[in-house]
Amino acid sequence: MEKYQASIKIMLKHGILDVQGKTVENSLHSIGFDTLQNVRIGKFVQLEVAAESPEKASELVGSACEKLIANPIIENYEIQIEKIK
Amino acid sequence: MKFGVVVFPGSNCDSDAYWAAVQDAHCEAVYLWHKDNVIPNDIDCLILPGGFSYGDYLRAGAIARFSPIMKEVVHFSNKGGFVLGICNGFQILTEVGLLPGTLMKNKSLNFICKYVYLKTENSDTAFSSQIPDGKVLKIPIAHGEGNYYADEKTINELIEHNEIVFKYCSQNGEINEFANPNGAMLNIAGIINKNGNVLGMMPHPERASENLLGSDDGLLIFNSLKRNF
Repeated sequence: MEKYQASIKIMLKHGILDVQGKTVENSLHSIGFDTLQNVRIGKFVQLEVAAESPEKASELVGSACEKLIANPIIENYEIQIEKIK
Repeated sequence: MKFGVVVFPGSNCDSDAYWAAVQDAHCEAVYLWHKDNVIPNDIDCLILPGGFSYGDYLRAGAIARFSPIMKEVVHFSNKGGFVLGICNGFQILTEVGLLPGTLMKNKSLNFICKYVYLKTENSDTAFSSQIPDGKVLKIPIAHGEGNYYADEKTINELIEHNEIVFKYCSQNGEINEFANPNGAMLNIAGIINKNGNVLGMMPHPERASENLLGSDDGLLIFNSLKRNF
């Protein structure tokens, strides 16, 4: 078994109003950052996983995302796996 | 009739629900701890109360949904037992998959704590049968994540099977954008499952169960449940 570091980026699906992003964008505009657009806010989760291969690690983390870490109804997630040296 | 009020770490409306069931609706009630693996045989209706189970960490209801008792809650509902999820309880019911859709952050981003008005869209349920036709209910909400969302297919199914039970409305019963406190699709405040035994709602009927509290309209939901026994 190898140890891997998983980095998970969770974002609201496109088409779903991101009220946090919108609010931050409005605030940015109000302090002069007029050219900043389409602010979207998500979550970033890191965890360590022991698995036989990076593919297995990704599979396991993916199933954890489906079950708990993300809400597949409204969120997409991306997983990056890196071997811990 | 006997209620079982499930207590999660972070529940804060469990005592209110217990009080409304016992003192106002004159039923029996017991507390059930979230680590319990058994639901007593004599329970007729489970209440998943409001609050902030597990601090709302990750997403409201996401962690509570894996509490040991939730397996039993699903089993209880599959056997036809009544389950009422209020506020955080509604969020837990969507996370565990007993009700479709999800509750997103309020459109305004504010935590909203105030009385709202509700229109009963379906009074032919075990939870709403005692609500007089056309009556506008005055019941408070208190949530930061009550913005009901589901994909188009799910929404169409909810409509088709008459699963939308409560909608936010104005004082005189008009359903419009101004009466929608949180951005919920179609002003949805409460839905029921296809079998008609699991209801989730964001407003708090237990906080409106006697006139001293400003309204006793919530008692109609407890009284409707009572009629089934």
